[in-house]
Amino acid sequence: MRKLCKFVPSVFSHQTITLTLKEEIQLSTVTLTINGQEVTVPAGTTVLDAALGAGIFIPTFCHDPNFPGYGGCRICVVEIKGARNMPASCVTAAANGMVVETESPAVVETRKTILELMLANHPVDCLTCEKSGECKLQDFCFRYDVKGPKFVGEKKDQPLDTSNPYITRDTNKCILCGRCVRSCNDVEDRSVINFAYRGFKTKVAPAMDSGLAESACVSCSRCVAVCPVGALTYTSTAGKGRVWEVEKEQVTCGWCESGCLFDLVKKDGKVIGVVAKASGEGRPLCLKGRLGMELRYNDQPLKPMLKKDDEYVEVSWTEALGLDDIMEKLK
Amino acid sequence: MSNLKEMRSGIEEQYKAKLNRPRIVVGLGTCGIAAGGNKVMKAIKDEVANRKLDVDVDFTSCIGMCFAEPAVEIALPGTPSVVYGGIYPDKVAQLIEGHVIGKKPVTELAAIQITGDATPFDGIPVMEKSGYYAKQVRSVTSRLGRTNPESIGDYIATGGYAAIDKAISMDRLDIINEIKKSGLRGRGGGGFPTGNKWQFVHDAVGDKKYIVCNADEGDPGAFMDRSVLEGDPHAVLEGMMVAGYSIGADEGVIYCRAEYPLAIKRLNLAIEEAEKMGLMGDNILGSGFNFTVRIKAGAGAFVCGEETALLNSIEGQRGMPRVRPPFPAHKGLWQKPTCLNNVETFANIPFIIRNGGEWYASMGTEKSKGSKVFCLTGKINNTGLCEVPMGITMGEILNDIAGGILGGKKFKAVQSGGPSGGCLPTEQLGLPIDYDSLISAGAMMGSGGLVFMDETTCMVDVAKFFLNFTQLESCGKCTPCREGTKRLLETLIRITEGAGTAEDIPNLERLAKVIKSSALCALGQTAPNPVLTTLRYFRDEYEAHINDKKCPAGVCPELLTFVILKDKCVGCGLCLKACPVSAIAGEKKEVHKIDGAKCIKCGACVPTCKLNAIIKA
Repeated sequence: MRKLCKFVPSVFSHQTITLTLKEEIQLSTVTLTINGQEVTVPAGTTVLDAALGAGIFIPTFCHDPNFPGYGGCRICVVEIKGARNMPASCVTAAANGMVVETESPAVVETRKTILELMLANHPVDCLTCEKSGECKLQDFCFRYDVKGPKFVGEKKDQPLDTSNPYITRDTNKCILCGRCVRSCNDVEDRSVINFAYRGFKTKVAPAMDSGLAESACVSCSRCVAVCPVGALTYTSTAGKGRVWEVEKEQVTCGWCESGCLFDLVKKDGKVIGVVAKASGEGRPLCLKGRLGMELRYNDQPLKPMLKKDDEYVEVSWTEALGLDDIMEKLK
Repeated sequence: MSNLKEMRSGIEEQYKAKLNRPRIVVGLGTCGIAAGGNKVMKAIKDEVANRKLDVDVDFTSCIGMCFAEPAVEIALPGTPSVVYGGIYPDKVAQLIEGHVIGKKPVTELAAIQITGDATPFDGIPVMEKSGYYAKQVRSVTSRLGRTNPESIGDYIATGGYAAIDKAISMDRLDIINEIKKSGLRGRGGGGFPTGNKWQFVHDAVGDKKYIVCNADEGDPGAFMDRSVLEGDPHAVLEGMMVAGYSIGADEGVIYCRAEYPLAIKRLNLAIEEAEKMGLMGDNILGSGFNFTVRIKAGAGAFVCGEETALLNSIEGQRGMPRVRPPFPAHKGLWQKPTCLNNVETFANIPFIIRNGGEWYASMGTEKSKGSKVFCLTGKINNTGLCEVPMGITMGEILNDIAGGILGGKKFKAVQSGGPSGGCLPTEQLGLPIDYDSLISAGAMMGSGGLVFMDETTCMVDVAKFFLNFTQLESCGKCTPCREGTKRLLETLIRITEGAGTAEDIPNLERLAKVIKSSALCALGQTAPNPVLTTLRYFRDEYEAHINDKKCPAGVCPELLTFVILKDKCVGCGLCLKACPVSAIAGEKKEVHKIDGAKCIKCGACVPTCKLNAIIKA
């Protein structure tokens, strides 16, 4: 703890120090060395952002710029001279004089072990996985030459959750980075999923560990948009094309004034699905908007389903988009 | 109530009067109650009523000799108090006839005597010179087993609330400096200097600050905090109040595990009584200082003993550690500056304020000052609570206080620091106990649980036990701890089942190193310690399991074979009858044989053989 304090000048920030303007400007930035390269960043910047800004790669799973400060997956650990352990760069503030190594043998060894641990509790079914090609787990295993799980033992064996017509949830592929949890809990009246159980049995689940359909999930897909692996995928595009066969085109939703971003997924020039990309200002993404984009851009749009009496049933497009009363008036 | 001195004189009179009456006191800590203390209490009350004796019957908490529970103390004015051990209801009449009516102590049941100014009785060890207490100091534990923990009068009459009385007339920084001078380090295990922590919280900017007491004692074999809370709850409250005054907090929370119902009950009572007397609440002792304390019962997750997970739990969130920094001193409970210490740390504060930091620093070693409470458990003669000066050796604790290994067996290892600590072998018995020496030996102080093991303990099995614990108690947030401890455990299970391979040891070491260096919180960072220390000191046992498929201690069932010695067996047939799976065969008066394929290694046959002809090999 004491050693770490060295890197936290904010510990002493209460002290009243009279500064000249010049000194103040100097104090508002910090200079550190990353892989031998001197980097100057604004005070308060994390080591991760300092490195990324300088073009130095550090892998991350759980880090999400929209919900920072989690530090759970530990794949972004780096070596910092004088530190007792290997801190996670996503939650460590850069400090003056810090000497950071992002790819030292010890760091690589640690990252490899973390990847091996993840794979040991993962189906490793990349051949048929929807996420293959844009999966962070796959990418980092490639980068660090991790060919498969080194540890043999128990694996999660949880049933596939297809209860929700829009989202396929495979908790066996989940690496528990918690991005979906933070994304969902960022919206107060959603907050549908969270961590359940302890230790090796930990999983992300709705209340009472039910399926998504039974939960209060509104199918906004905020969770799917941030999942770095194949645990949360879109049901509508499943099996329609590999990642490298499709291209994506960003569109802005016009359903309300917020303007959330969606991606049109195109294969051979044809739209095969619409997926959530990012929330608009003041709007947390919603199902209605995505369905609206689906109807507008997709020649063969998915069948709209809404939950009635706790079960999903197919509905008309006017009902799905909440246009029934307007349609009535237009008659 | 604005003047403690005025009130104190009356309370002291009452307390003196209480001591000047014949008294029978029953130890009703959790250990005493578990041993049947309440039944003893009832038997004593009945006996006193039936015989119409003019004797007060009172209760106290655990004096530390848990091995002697149920303990009963008899004190007649002018003579030493005698603490009797192992007093079950059937012995009550004998005790009362002998000591209370006959005025002669029942020497054969007596454990110790507390003499005061009186002339000691013959044939009963005087507490300070007795085997269990000779090497102890009694500071934090001074009221344990001596006062009624549910009486604020007993607390005040024995110097209680003098520290807050003194503190509110002191400058805040002077208090903090006094704590710094004492050299007190966090007693929860981390050993962070308490004075420095208080200084950080004092200096932190915030419109609201909190005091939080960590009473989520979760190590297997540790009950120091429980004993202190049950025996001297006011001292913990007073310590929190002094901390609150010096850092500028007016609210305290005690996070106490719900498995400690008696501690919670006594704390609630203490809070109520202190508030009633104006010693807590608004305008304490007329000083203008306000302080309230509430209790938050924890639901029993080990990780909630980690300070940031504890704060999350108080806030109603899942008990998962937060990233540090920011440290709780800056952003703690509800993101406000928070001073978080453990029970024993707070309980030390009133003594330090009253006697001065220098007094405290006169005990202990260069870097670890004062005294430390330890819980002695495992295969020893005297299991219980002891308070010793820092720097005492592990051997002194084992041989002098704990009374050596049970049944004259050989000592093998002592586990210090719970699941985060390590197992130390015979060679380390000379190790003076302080924060730094324990860490350099691969273990840690932890909160103070010492589990002693004898030669019949398998060290791979011990490592497996602790890994099973940490694996179940991992919160699941970070990968190395959640997934890594599971794989460590699985490897250990394989080794103890005879399926270990040559790569297992280097693989354990490699994975342990990664978990230690990359886990998020102290739980994960220290979880591999039991594996690493047993590998460091007992590597030969791992090798025997892996290479020879033998468990040298004869513990791991898969590696055991039960054999009947031909030259000893007389064919009596007793073992044959005891075997639940009919694995033993043999004609009467002929040598019997165990069928290894059928044997389930339950060991039921071994004690039936009067000739010791059945051995584990």
